Amino acid sequence: MVAAVTIEHLKKAYGSVQAVEDVSLTIPAGEIFGLLGPNGAGKTTTIRCLCTLATPDHGRLEVMGIPVLEQPRRVRQYLGYIAQEVALDKVLTGRELMALQADLYHLPKPIAQRRMEEMVSLLDLEEWADQKTGRYSGGIKKRLDLALGLLHQPEVLVLDEPTVGLDIESRSAVWSFLRQLRAAGTTVLITSHYLEEVDALADRVAIIDQGRVIASGRPTDLKDQLGGDLITLRLREFTTLAEAEQAQQQLRQLAVVQNVIINTAQGNSLNLVVERQVNALGTVQEAMAAAGLPVFGIAQSRPSLDDVYLAATGRTLMDAELAAVGQRDLKQEKKQAMKGG
Amino acid sequence: MGTSIPTPASNLGGASSLDNSDLRAWKASQVGDGSWRLADFFQETLAMTRRLFIQLQRRPSTLIAGVIQPLIWLVLFGALFQNVPAGLFGESRNYGQFLGAGIIVFTAFGGALNAGLPVMFDREFGFLNRFLVAPLASRYSIVVASALFIATLSLIQTAAILGLSALLGAGLPNPLGLLLVLTIVLVLVLGVTALSLGLTFALPGHIELIAVIFITNLPLLFSSTALVPIDFMPGWLQWVASLNPLTYAIEPIRYVYLHSDWSLGSVVLQTPFSPVPLGVCLGVLLGFCGLALVLIQPLLRQRMA
Repeated sequence: MVAAVTIEHLKKAYGSVQAVEDVSLTIPAGEIFGLLGPNGAGKTTTIRCLCTLATPDHGRLEVMGIPVLEQPRRVRQYLGYIAQEVALDKVLTGRELMALQADLYHLPKPIAQRRMEEMVSLLDLEEWADQKTGRYSGGIKKRLDLALGLLHQPEVLVLDEPTVGLDIESRSAVWSFLRQLRAAGTTVLITSHYLEEVDALADRVAIIDQGRVIASGRPTDLKDQLGGDLITLRLREFTTLAEAEQAQQQLRQLAVVQNVIINTAQGNSLNLVVERQVNALGTVQEAMAAAGLPVFGIAQSRPSLDDVYLAATGRTLMDAELAAVGQRDLKQEKKQAMKGG
Repeated sequence: MGTSIPTPASNLGGASSLDNSDLRAWKASQVGDGSWRLADFFQETLAMTRRLFIQLQRRPSTLIAGVIQPLIWLVLFGALFQNVPAGLFGESRNYGQFLGAGIIVFTAFGGALNAGLPVMFDREFGFLNRFLVAPLASRYSIVVASALFIATLSLIQTAAILGLSALLGAGLPNPLGLLLVLTIVLVLVLGVTALSLGLTFALPGHIELIAVIFITNLPLLFSSTALVPIDFMPGWLQWVASLNPLTYAIEPIRYVYLHSDWSLGSVVLQTPFSPVPLGVCLGVLLGFCGLALVLIQPLLRQRMA
């Protein structure tokens, strides 16, 4: 396995906020790698450090074997960076912005000219390339942004939340485009807080929470590591913790049950990992009846990445997201990000 | 999910050209070559400058206002002191002639001081990140592009002021004198643009930048010799004016307006501490410009990286 990107023990604080606590990643060449986590987990800070937009406090980063901190200019030749929010100059046309981008990467004129035409047809921008970008819709802007990021044919393309704010059609277009890129040999790193996005795209994933990697590997392996199928059990509409703990005791004694977690964020419902292909549902229901405990709802499912996250943190991504929204000072974060340094 | 099959999206064209072999070959030839190339610096600087001129061409209002404003100054301010007895403003024939040099320098200074604003908006908007993630030969290309742009605007403004002054009876410097005027404007613009961009990277946002511009602009005008000669001022203000770089840009221009036989040794300014020849004024301006460029270097390297 050839590593396109290596990050070792990255640490980065903005003022008193420890944005990244300890992140280590290895991204194999030619794969799509997903950095999954709730808002505020440290995903953007990690890739800002990788793309030389922020200086880490600690850690080692390499792109295509080249150390990022020591040789930032060489690393920049290999990287393409697509920010979460598309920033275009609305007075310029798409083609003028592409010409600017080509010159920033010092492409020779004839090559740049051909490459621009290729990008225009590849991203279906013929109709728009000579219009000012101020007239573009969100989807067209994203397509131009992709064209700009790919103009110098980067070995590693980094995309921060590539489909946030896009309509469903544009989202699936971006997904299939990233798959085409992978097929052509480009390494792709995306951050996302959409489980479905990472599940659908990524060959490998690192789940990041509060500045730390809490799980990483192939999505199927991560899910298999959970052991088996999942059962979500709700005793009552609003279960008390005491009653949930009582049920937990009972369930732990069952042979088919491998693990039981109380999901406090979801009204003390119980999340069980059970052996696959047994009638676990029936067994659990019988055990509850025998212990004199009620069953309000019960469902069995294959594990998802959310369950991987839940098993590691005791809360779902959605809950983490909601909690983060209340805690964050977005204005302050934007200021910090702008300062860089 | 490594098995998912690439499916061509409905609104994306054929994926025939994800790989450009010429580009790949060119990139391979660059690998390991981390050397600094002047051609790269020119290419990126030219591209950034071109962007600014395209913006100007499509939004010409800044240029139009930038030309009209100093002309209004010249006419209105000139008329304000029109009836001052002759001889009060040194050797100048009238106040209009005296004022021309001040307006030229003040206009160039104001334009350069504002150079950081568009870059600040690029920074806040995220557009600047395109420059920062690119393998620029040097981030000074951002400074030079801004300076080239502002310098061009300043030269157009200067030409308009020179022209109107001539019409109002101030005459014109001789050709070599005109060349000196342009040189002084360019050096001043480069230095002040560098400072303005330094502030752009040091300050948190455009509100703070505008505040700094606001409290810098007029005080520097009033503490220079733009509006009155230095011997008009109280002693303490003479000292302040002698430390103000604008004074060292204004006095040589004023001198070459009046003396076609000027030389680098001509004394153009009488500061409280010593008489200052024209050559020394140029030296002060060059020193100021060089100092500004050196001072902002750590900001360019760290704040943006």
